[in-house]
Amino acid sequence: MTYIESSTLTAIAKDYLEELKKRNDPLKARDRLKIPLQEMPSQDPHIRAKNLEEVATGYTEEQAILEAMRCLQCPKEMCVHDCPVMVNIPVFLKYIADGDFQSAVDEIKKTSLLPAICGRVCPQEVQCQLNCTVGKSLKDVDQAVSIGRLERFVADWERKQGTVKLPEIKPETGKKVAIVGSGPAGLVVAADVRREGHEVTLFEAFHKLGGVMRYGIPEFRLPNDIVDEEIETLKKIGVKFQTNFVVGRTRKLHDLITKDGYDAVFVGTGAGLPLFMGIEGENLVGVFSANEYLTRANLMRAFEKDKAATPIYSSKRVAVLGGGNVAMDAARMSLRLGAEKVYVVYRRTEVEMPARKEEVQHAKEEGIEFLFLQNAKRILGDEKSRVKAMECLRYELGEPDSSGRRRPVVIPDSEFLLDVDTVIVAIGNGSNPLVSQTTPDLKVNRWGNIIVDDNQKTSMERVFAGGDIVLGAATVILAMGEGRRAAKAINDLLAEDLKKNQS
Amino acid sequence: MNKIIDKKQLSKDVFQMKIEAPLIASERQAGQFIILQIDEDLGERIPLTIADADEAAGTITIIYQVVGKTTHELSQLEPGKYLPVFAGPLGKPTHIENFGRVVCVGGGIGTAPLHPITQALKNAGNHITTILGARTSELLILTEEMAKLSDSMIICTDNGSAGRKALVTEPLKEICSQDPKPDLVIAIGPPVMMKFCSLTTKPFGVKTLVSLNTIMVDGTGMCGGCRVNVGNEVKFVCVDGPEFDGHLVDFDNMMMRLNSYKEFELHNHNCHLENQMSSLEKKL
Ligand SMILES: Cc1cc2nc3c(=O)[nH]c(=O)nc-3n(C[C@H](O)[C@H](O)[C@H](O)COP(=O)(O)OP(=O)(O)OC[C@H]3O[C@@H](n4cnc5c(N)ncnc54)[C@H](O)[C@@H]3O)c2cc1C
Ligand code: SF4
Ligand code: FES
Repeated sequence: MTYIESSTLTAIAKDYLEELKKRNDPLKARDRLKIPLQEMPSQDPHIRAKNLEEVATGYTEEQAILEAMRCLQCPKEMCVHDCPVMVNIPVFLKYIADGDFQSAVDEIKKTSLLPAICGRVCPQEVQCQLNCTVGKSLKDVDQAVSIGRLERFVADWERKQGTVKLPEIKPETGKKVAIVGSGPAGLVVAADVRREGHEVTLFEAFHKLGGVMRYGIPEFRLPNDIVDEEIETLKKIGVKFQTNFVVGRTRKLHDLITKDGYDAVFVGTGAGLPLFMGIEGENLVGVFSANEYLTRANLMRAFEKDKAATPIYSSKRVAVLGGGNVAMDAARMSLRLGAEKVYVVYRRTEVEMPARKEEVQHAKEEGIEFLFLQNAKRILGDEKSRVKAMECLRYELGEPDSSGRRRPVVIPDSEFLLDVDTVIVAIGNGSNPLVSQTTPDLKVNRWGNIIVDDNQKTSMERVFAGGDIVLGAATVILAMGEGRRAAKAINDLLAEDLKKNQS
Repeated sequence: MNKIIDKKQLSKDVFQMKIEAPLIASERQAGQFIILQIDEDLGERIPLTIADADEAAGTITIIYQVVGKTTHELSQLEPGKYLPVFAGPLGKPTHIENFGRVVCVGGGIGTAPLHPITQALKNAGNHITTILGARTSELLILTEEMAKLSDSMIICTDNGSAGRKALVTEPLKEICSQDPKPDLVIAIGPPVMMKFCSLTTKPFGVKTLVSLNTIMVDGTGMCGGCRVNVGNEVKFVCVDGPEFDGHLVDFDNMMMRLNSYKEFELHNHNCHLENQMSSLEKKL
């Protein structure tokens, strides 16, 4: 993929649209399939690799309309079924094609509360775009209608217009709900429960709100302003926020119900406890979990090197272990913090990488080198215990395992040294231990994830949970989906309470 | 936002502050810590042990040594000012029971976290022997408070300006050699002191607890920055600790990791640790 400037992309789209407008017969499926996929305009890779501004700059109106016209409005609606929250995709795409952006965003918001965020971070190629008929017809999933980009387009359009409407709030019920954690799961519960007229207080351990969307996903992929705006909206509808409040420690979960009078609690404390490889040298100076590295850079603003009090390791040559979004973010962040050479070391091949395709492509454009079928064996330190190299092993694909995936098998005696001064481990997370550690009644599975029923209810009365703390490290949209389900269960429970009080 | 109620300078670099924090004051138990920031946007998060709490007044006491940018700035703040970020109590509380004979060893500023633990152990009926050490007499803190809790107390300074001219490991070794041996030793102070206290008690088979103050970011078990090797296992100090079995802690690695951002520190207190380490190494 060569880099094309945004202005060129728009000009091409404009011309194409003009041509289409000249026709007076309705477009056939065949015509729609011919419309070229609209590439996402982005900052020049050489420039963006040194700044924190958003990489993808978003479709222009012409591009959006043209891309939406690619949708065939097919009756099967595979996209809707593959979306975890079942956004009515063909309907919103039709509105965009007709230039009615407000109706498009209103339609999305019926099901997805945070379209500006989901449009940016959802792994669309394994969700709504996976079985898109356009992609199928063109025999390439990358040619599917760019649903995510369009979702982002209309959400951004609305924000720019300043037409974002506050949801209606029902009359106050006098019921109180506590939400623990301000990630996507918690925010969605806050919105949905508040709309029913219940009083909502959200407790967050950190000093800033947004969970992983704030401390993990970097500014260049999800600008803080967008997260801030969502939180502002919640504040405007009366959700109360208590930061620096560690539920389980500052106040026990039980006490929220028995002493503080909350009628229900939602636990959305997210993933935690970064996993390490368990290899020699992993505690050397210069080895970080991606969580630590990204939290320093994002939440603690260490990228503003002269201003922030939180230090960040100054790295020249970085190896990132892992193949997910977290690995991509860490690799690209280290580049922006001044690293000269960044490797992503992944045990399997590119096809198996769980990261969003767009992130992998962006990372490559920025000059990050991918070492597939390789993995760390040990990390070597100098006399001051600082990382000086990483010994790696090469792998090849062996027999398929039970899941049908060919397993990587180590090639004997394939050791080689990678010259790096920093190693960032991004191989996943365990569960957040704080609430379960201090709440013995809350049942968790053997990985520490909270066990819930179909309504997100935990083993404790009036306590619900959702998001990464239930699913293990998952996605924003899945966390939102669980939040919606939990909110519904909480609203039902409180409605029942109110009915009982009346009779 | 938590208000600074009171500030006292205990020695040249050591300050004590009372902070308004009613919820923390009522929940905290011996051995726990808080995390604070001086500036909500650009500040750094630093962990400090809770030295005391007054539940009725809704305040907690922190004692800290000026070692870097944040502690320096904190020491410049006057009562009436607010701290924008103040979260806790974090970490697992100390396990308190009647062990029998307990030796509490405090080195320098380490006496601050040791104090509430000693109090809890005293209340549980333990016989307390306290050893307090510092480079010079001016650097000793909380001697009166500790004396009140102790059945016997030994003071050591490096230069002999107060008590014995010795390192804390000397009396510790003597006590461990006596019959009956202590049932438990708790040592809190600079890493190097905790390391050598643990080495001292090990041959006697006396269980030794240490409280680790590693680099932390979140303090809630999310970042892994606070990790240490404890008996070949990786532990997170903020959620698995801060107390660990001193005989199992890899102190050398921990000290190296504490130096990760050495170039960023304003005042470098580590040279002192290194000097102390070499003198201890000679003695043992
Ligand atoms: C670097 C990175 C990149 C990612 N990229 C993507 C992506 O591109 N697309 C995607 O879909 N997903 C991505 N994810 C995953 C996604 O961010 C998570 O699945 C999602 O944020 C989970 O939401 P949550 O609400 O469950 O929890 P979180 O977002 O983890 O939020 C939990 C919040 O709870 C707080 N908390 C924890 N314990 C307590 C307590 N005891 N008291 C009070 N508060 C507490 C935490 O501080 C945190 O703010 C990424 C994750 C990371 C780390
Ligand atoms: S929410 Fe995610 S999966 Fe659903 S339509 Fe939007 S981008 Fe696709
Ligand atoms: S300080 Fe981040 S995990 Fe302990």
